[in-house]
Amino acid sequence: MDSVTKRYPDGTVAVDRLTLEIPDRSITVLVGPSGCGKTTTLRMINRMVEPTEGTITLDGADLQRQPVTALRRSMGYVIQNAGLFQHRTILDNIATVPRMIGWGKQKSRERARELMERVGLDASLAKRYPYQLSGGQQQRVGVARALAADPPVLLMDEPFSAVDPVVRKGLQDELLRIQDELGKTIVFVTHDIDEAIKLGTMVAVMRTGGRLAQYAPPAELLSDPADDFVEDFLGADRGIRRLSFFASEGLQLTTAPVVRVDATAEQLAAPDAPYLLVTDVEGRPLGWSEPRDLTAGDIAAERLLPYGRPFVPGTDSLRAALDCAVLSPTGWAVAVDGDGRVTGVASQQTIGEAIRTAHGAADGRTAGPGTDGDRPAGAAGIAKAAP
Amino acid sequence: MNGFFDIPSDLDNTYFGLIGLHLREALLPVLAGLLAALPVAQLCVRFRWLYPPVLGVTTVFYAIPSLAVFVVLIDYTGQTELTVMIPLAVYSLVVLVPAIVDGVRSVPEETLAASTAMGFGPVRRYLQVQLPIAVPAILAGLRVAVSASISLVSVGALIGNQGALGNLLADAQKYGRPELAVNSVLTTAVLAILCDAVLVLLRNLLTPWMPRGRSGGRRPKKAAALPESQEAGAR
Repeated sequence: MDSVTKRYPDGTVAVDRLTLEIPDRSITVLVGPSGCGKTTTLRMINRMVEPTEGTITLDGADLQRQPVTALRRSMGYVIQNAGLFQHRTILDNIATVPRMIGWGKQKSRERARELMERVGLDASLAKRYPYQLSGGQQQRVGVARALAADPPVLLMDEPFSAVDPVVRKGLQDELLRIQDELGKTIVFVTHDIDEAIKLGTMVAVMRTGGRLAQYAPPAELLSDPADDFVEDFLGADRGIRRLSFFASEGLQLTTAPVVRVDATAEQLAAPDAPYLLVTDVEGRPLGWSEPRDLTAGDIAAERLLPYGRPFVPGTDSLRAALDCAVLSPTGWAVAVDGDGRVTGVASQQTIGEAIRTAHGAADGRTAGPGTDGDRPAGAAGIAKAAP
Repeated sequence: MNGFFDIPSDLDNTYFGLIGLHLREALLPVLAGLLAALPVAQLCVRFRWLYPPVLGVTTVFYAIPSLAVFVVLIDYTGQTELTVMIPLAVYSLVVLVPAIVDGVRSVPEETLAASTAMGFGPVRRYLQVQLPIAVPAILAGLRVAVSASISLVSVGALIGNQGALGNLLADAQKYGRPELAVNSVLTTAVLAILCDAVLVLLRNLLTPWMPRGRSGGRRPKKAAALPESQEAGAR
């Protein structure tokens, strides 16, 4: 998008000289308060709204010069509340575009069935009508319908904002999974900054009046908001949220205070720690206890302090590790492997050090050379933690 | 009652002949009204400013008594069926235009946006999306129009032998045979009820996608027809 402006006849400027380069095969999120022109921007891509000035090119071709219906059929479109055809069955809803472009009834329906499975809809719903589905299921149908003719581009206009938070999280995870498999170029509009940060490879923050405030990967948005508007929009806890982008892999774990439930008196006395983590014989965590409350051979799981929610190093982020430590009554976070066996514990202090190290490394990377010479530069493990 | 089905010879028709005539005189105008109402309504949807004046003018038409229309028309179309059917067609049009406009307008904004985004042109969108979704509203309008039309045909007796079952009322007076009046009223009522039942059946056949509650109400925002576990199981 090059210097695109949309001005309405009454003089209102919905989008003001917007220039954006949207990367292929990744999710780009347009986020901003209502009235910032994000939906208008999206609708200019499939020409439901024509720009007043500027050009939009797709793979080097000017969109303005392409026949509009063919253009639209090559772009999937998902809308809030799904916008399903209430008078058609789920299967026929999904098969709409394939039918229009002449795939034939049989092939279109086969494709629709395949997509129902892909978006996690039970095949038994095929012959139902939209009113018989829950909001979340309708939205899945909406996504399947947009994917039906296998378009390279997917436009999504606040698709998940009308469903409840639990269903929304499920839909977001599903979208990321589908994107992993299909690698579409997705432009996603939302007013929810958390959704933007979770889904976006790149995030464009827009402000009222249709101007671009910042265009950056989510981690950079959190670490270096361009101005007060972006910082406000990100919310008060951006520091905590930024931790989602730091891997917990390098965290210094210790196994010293970990004892098995069948430990001997010597083993119980050995560690010099204020609290001991008791595990079962297979190594799964049971709970915390002060050493003096433990008697060898007589450890009752129900008398132990809860251990909170363990994190998995490598899979979970530092945010999950910190969360675990904060929730734990002892202030120690429990790390487990994929099978739930304890691999070690980390104190809040250790996690704090890891955060400082990660911050230093990340800032050294994103601030660029010469701006902050005193910060340690280096390639530290910045990884977007799996959701 | 003696002579209940004994139709006076001046009507030149049998009992079932009268029923057939009555239905033709009642239903053909509704059909004509529907065919005229569809484009008028579409214009009103397309150009919003057109709807209020159209509604105003058609409502005035509705207020003109059919007798007055007969007086005017009789110079042109004579004492024929057509003279009876023209005002009935206009009355149907008046009922059907707002029904269709409201029906087409009731299509949710996001459904329209989605269809446009999928590459529906205006004609395809009208025929495949807006009109089918307006079917319940259109049929509700048709039910009113058909019932009204069936009862109004009887007025045709005023211009001679064109009132079908209505002429039985006139003859009841003329020959002092009250049973003919009862026959006329009962048969007309039964016809109206049967036609209405057919329309309800037609609606149910055309709209399998409508939730069928006991109240037969409008589509709820979210139907709980499926247990929530389906949602969980689908994931």
